[in-house]
Amino acid sequence: MGGQAKVFSERESVIVADDVTMIFNIASERFNSLKEYFIAFMRHELRFKEFRALKNISFEVKRGEAFGLVGTNGSGKSTMLKIIAGVLDASLGTCTVKGTIAPLIELGAGFDPELTARENIYLNGALLGYRKEFIDEHFNDIVDFAELWDFMDMPLKNYSSGMVARIAFAIATITEPDILIVDETLSVGDFLFQQKCERRINELIESDNVTVLLVSHSIDLVERMCDRAAWIEKGDLKMLGPCAEVCEAYKHYQK
Amino acid sequence: MEPERTADKPEAIARATISGKDAWYPENQRDGFILRQLVTKDFKLKYRRSALGVAWSVLNPLLMMIIMAAVFSRLMGRADDSIPNFPLYIIIGNTAFNLMSDSTSRGLMSIIEASSLLKKVKINRWVFPVQKVLFAVVNYAFSLIAVVLVMIFVQYAPSVYALYVIPGLFMLSVFCIGLSLFLSCAAVFFRDVIHLWSVFLTAWTYLTPMFYSIKILPEWLQTLESFNPMYLYLTYLRDALLFRVNPSLELTLGCAGFAVASLVIGYLVFRRHESKFILYI
Repeated sequence: MGGQAKVFSERESVIVADDVTMIFNIASERFNSLKEYFIAFMRHELRFKEFRALKNISFEVKRGEAFGLVGTNGSGKSTMLKIIAGVLDASLGTCTVKGTIAPLIELGAGFDPELTARENIYLNGALLGYRKEFIDEHFNDIVDFAELWDFMDMPLKNYSSGMVARIAFAIATITEPDILIVDETLSVGDFLFQQKCERRINELIESDNVTVLLVSHSIDLVERMCDRAAWIEKGDLKMLGPCAEVCEAYKHYQK
Repeated sequence: MEPERTADKPEAIARATISGKDAWYPENQRDGFILRQLVTKDFKLKYRRSALGVAWSVLNPLLMMIIMAAVFSRLMGRADDSIPNFPLYIIIGNTAFNLMSDSTSRGLMSIIEASSLLKKVKINRWVFPVQKVLFAVVNYAFSLIAVVLVMIFVQYAPSVYALYVIPGLFMLSVFCIGLSLFLSCAAVFFRDVIHLWSVFLTAWTYLTPMFYSIKILPEWLQTLESFNPMYLYLTYLRDALLFRVNPSLELTLGCAGFAVASLVIGYLVFRRHESKFILYI
């Protein structure tokens, strides 16, 4: 790690990606039926083509840091994010994460469209690992932040995607997680709410306890909020350093 | 250095508590609340916007029982004189078999249905198939109320032997959990399993003495039935509720054996492959 971000260099690392490589086996992923699999097996076509979505990625993120992940579509950002979130295991190398992770959950994942917003808050909270008593206590805060008091007993399917994003963000940030993962889910909110979210994220960053991981291919938000950034391009870690420098280079790459 | 640190620490801890570090369950205690929320969700969705609501949980099996009892008692009722009450014989078997078929066909889809969640949040994946079995057990408990109502109605009230339902239901549930773990995993890799399983269930339904007495089967098939786990569970529950006898040691061992075998195999297969789920869902 270079000498960047002096303020953070002495803090503990909450995310350590050490030589992470992710290999997808393209051929074997096509099989969705026994017949196809069997035919390929007989023809010795299994494990046909390897695709390296991430190649030897190493970086550390310190406690209290706002860290951006940038890169064009299909560059490997989401794969990296899945490995950090612990839902995907790296093929080679390790990724160590300390503490609680709060992702923003979109409609269809931790929300059920048939349930009311009230019921969904509990369901979602449970899936994030919150205690029931904690949700009871902070239920009002969550609804206040989402500004959706009038719609609490309406099934979520009648909500717009922006309203769902409000709830998702409110639940994820009602307390201070060790790591908050902010991705494109947020971009469906209206500008007022996005501003509100930015303020809240800034509060969390300033508390120095929360590490914010911002993943986006839109560069502006990353530029405004992050201390450091990593640029992943076609699976390679192209650049790692202070946010301004990385974003500058990324912008030129786009042109 | 030393005093500074000790002075720092309590403050840090205090701030941490305010900031809500107690907001989370420790990683290994989350599953209980998640399971409860998911079962509640399924239950609410099942009866949302129906006028009678939860009453259907009892009413539905009750009505089904009346129909089946009416049809099959006529068709097969005289085949076996040792069965004291043929409608009850059918009802007890049918409700228990439904527990198995409901839980496994829901469990089968559980991982695929939770895909968008599993791609984002780290949750113990076994929660999803297990939750579907628990939901089916809750439903079974309601149909058991219906069974008891029928028993009282036909003046064949449950005796003390009915307590055997508890271990019987437990073993059956464990058996279903194992099956669901295995099936949910298999369905992720081969979607054919979804179609195959419904066919398999139909065959299993007719091969299990549910609407008929085992005595009408040819001898070789009767011998084979002792290797049919569902027949063993049905017999166990019928011993408890209908025949009012102690389930034989042989039968109990059979039921327990199938439960343990199913759970061990299901768990091992699931554990071995669960990290690859995300690549296929």
